[in-house]
Amino acid sequence: MNETLDKTNMTLRDRLKAFVDAFGLPRLIIAAFLLMLYIAAPIVGAGFWMQISNTINRFSWNAVMVLAMVPMIHSGCGLNFGLPLGIISGLLGATLSIELGFTGPLSFLMAILIATPFAIVLGALYGWLLNKIKGGEMMIATYVGFSSVSFMCMMWLLLPYHSPTMVWGFSGKGLRTTISLEGFYDKVLANFLQINIGSLSIPTGTLLFFAVLAFGMWAFLHTKTGTAMTAVGSNPTFAKAAGVNVDKMRMLSVVLSTWLAAIGILVYEQGFGFIQLYMAPFYMALPAVSAILIGGASVNKASIANVIIGTFLFQGIVTMTPTVMNNMIHMDMSEVIRVVASQGMILYALTRKTEATK
Amino acid sequence: MKNKITAGKILSFVRDNSVPLMFVLICAVCIPISGFSWGYLINEIVTRMGRNIFLILALLIPIMSGMGLNFGMTLGAMAGEIALILVSDWQIWGIPGVVLAMIISIPISVLLGAFCGKILNMAKGREMITSYIISFFMNGIYQLIVLYMMGSIIPIKHFSIKLPRGYGIRNTVSLLNMRQCLDNLLAVRVSGVKIPVLTFLIIGVLCLFIVWFRKTKLGQDMRAVGQDMNVARDAGINVERTRIISIVMSTVLAGFGMVIYLQNMGNIATYSSHSQIGMFCIAALLVGGASVDKASIGNVFLGVILFHTMFIVAPKAGAEITGDSMIGEYFRVFVSYAVITVALIMYETKKRKHKSQNAQQLQLAQEEADKHE
Repeated sequence: MNETLDKTNMTLRDRLKAFVDAFGLPRLIIAAFLLMLYIAAPIVGAGFWMQISNTINRFSWNAVMVLAMVPMIHSGCGLNFGLPLGIISGLLGATLSIELGFTGPLSFLMAILIATPFAIVLGALYGWLLNKIKGGEMMIATYVGFSSVSFMCMMWLLLPYHSPTMVWGFSGKGLRTTISLEGFYDKVLANFLQINIGSLSIPTGTLLFFAVLAFGMWAFLHTKTGTAMTAVGSNPTFAKAAGVNVDKMRMLSVVLSTWLAAIGILVYEQGFGFIQLYMAPFYMALPAVSAILIGGASVNKASIANVIIGTFLFQGIVTMTPTVMNNMIHMDMSEVIRVVASQGMILYALTRKTEATK
Repeated sequence: MKNKITAGKILSFVRDNSVPLMFVLICAVCIPISGFSWGYLINEIVTRMGRNIFLILALLIPIMSGMGLNFGMTLGAMAGEIALILVSDWQIWGIPGVVLAMIISIPISVLLGAFCGKILNMAKGREMITSYIISFFMNGIYQLIVLYMMGSIIPIKHFSIKLPRGYGIRNTVSLLNMRQCLDNLLAVRVSGVKIPVLTFLIIGVLCLFIVWFRKTKLGQDMRAVGQDMNVARDAGINVERTRIISIVMSTVLAGFGMVIYLQNMGNIATYSSHSQIGMFCIAALLVGGASVDKASIGNVFLGVILFHTMFIVAPKAGAEITGDSMIGEYFRVFVSYAVITVALIMYETKKRKHKSQNAQQLQLAQEEADKHE
């Protein structure tokens, strides 16, 4: 009763301030900036529908990797800067599937199947490590990601791959830096039920695939295990008192995150059309981290809506800035804007006072 | 009995110095395989010592004040680069150029350091990841300034360093006219090994400064803050200010260090010189046996020698063993990251063990007190 009274008594300015506080100033700036880009796009002559379909396309490539952030945030392990570890499992799945001679849509399915055990084993090791160093997860996660990527750089050269589509032509060994997926799973999801209206094209299959995973994640978070995981994240002492095995829950969240990262990179590859090896996964965690933060998540709170909004805003900025800025001021400052916006968002989230991860 | 004690001593020595010992082992295996002559190796290592030690010393002060490894030292490196770009546009070469670049870098470093310190104060308990992200964030701002504002807003005269489009700086800026001017002045040759005496003198002065600084009031304050922020605050120390000062000092020193580093290299890779510098310096320091909360000048020297020996011999040794030169390249990158990872893990586990020990002691004391009642 009192509350409603208070609300009516609030002036517009107070309400605006409360809204800004709840939403976060940087997030608001980014959303406003993107809106401005969309308004400016037709004016400067950069086909509006073309831009929209570009954004949706890139959304569909990246959304699963952003979704991978959710479980670890829920269990209180913080932002998963160790995403490259999961990406490596995905890459192993992709390359092995091709090496074993699978082609077409089947190769995508096999890639997922082969990547899964890698993701579970690596994720379990990674989760075990993170349980040993509670409180310092994010920094160590970053460096676990870096070490694993640089370790795999050696492995891509040394592992006995033979498929002629993947190895260097002249020496006959060592994988190439980029491998074309033509004839394998290039756009298998995107072409499924694709909708084309004029210059607008929507990769329905990829969006559906993401929707299934996102729904699965949402449903999982509402099961008994899922709520226990959230309890571990919001209050580990309470969760322990309630009889939840904290370490096991954290481990499960890390495995889940690693597996989703593996699936995420496969989805990204099918959209992009190439497998990128060696140093390519190095900085892939940062865009995913900033995307979920832009979507309204914090270091210890995230929802599926955050994933969708965040990926859309982030990928919108990535696709829109180069074309619009180029047409507007004939200067491609997109790289700078992208870096400042995404890293600024991470900084903002890290400096918020949160009670968890202590 | 006596044997047991010495065995225990050896064991604990190995455990405490596992990272440097591992590197000694790697170097001992790789040096003969690589087939480099000792003269060449020593020459290279001495050069790299002169090039890197100043930069690594810049990391010591934030460790003292408990802020961990300062990944934000990249900010100082950026300041040094901006200063050098300006100086080379003004065509001031040689020693005066180097000195002027150092002077110009100071205000930029102070500004960036204060910014970094302010943000780190807002993110206590996760300084390292925050300083790491700050370095990325600032890299964006750096690009904005160097790629878009230099030449259009900040006057740049010479077309040798400007991009053809009229603004922005080229990918590489040549420092040919000040190349190794510090190193060559007073350089001494001892049986084929060039020793850059002046550079080492500067490093020596900085070492003395750090030793002296530890004993000053401010230095003591920093150590108190590093030990326990709350206790320090109760003792009347302005914790926030002390932490900002320590980051500013580190950034300014990193700026100087970068100028020394680049005058040795002889050119600036405008958009990439600074990006890896933090990682390599931190890795070298950790290889020397430092940890996140404890580092000495000795660690710096040992670290540079071991880390760079590995860096020189690994590609060649890798090529000899596997027949592929890239393996060695990747190997040394992997080792750099792995060392940092291992050091971070050891630090965190130690911190947790300490915490639980404290809790246990507290519990014991509590039980004792209960008994007496």
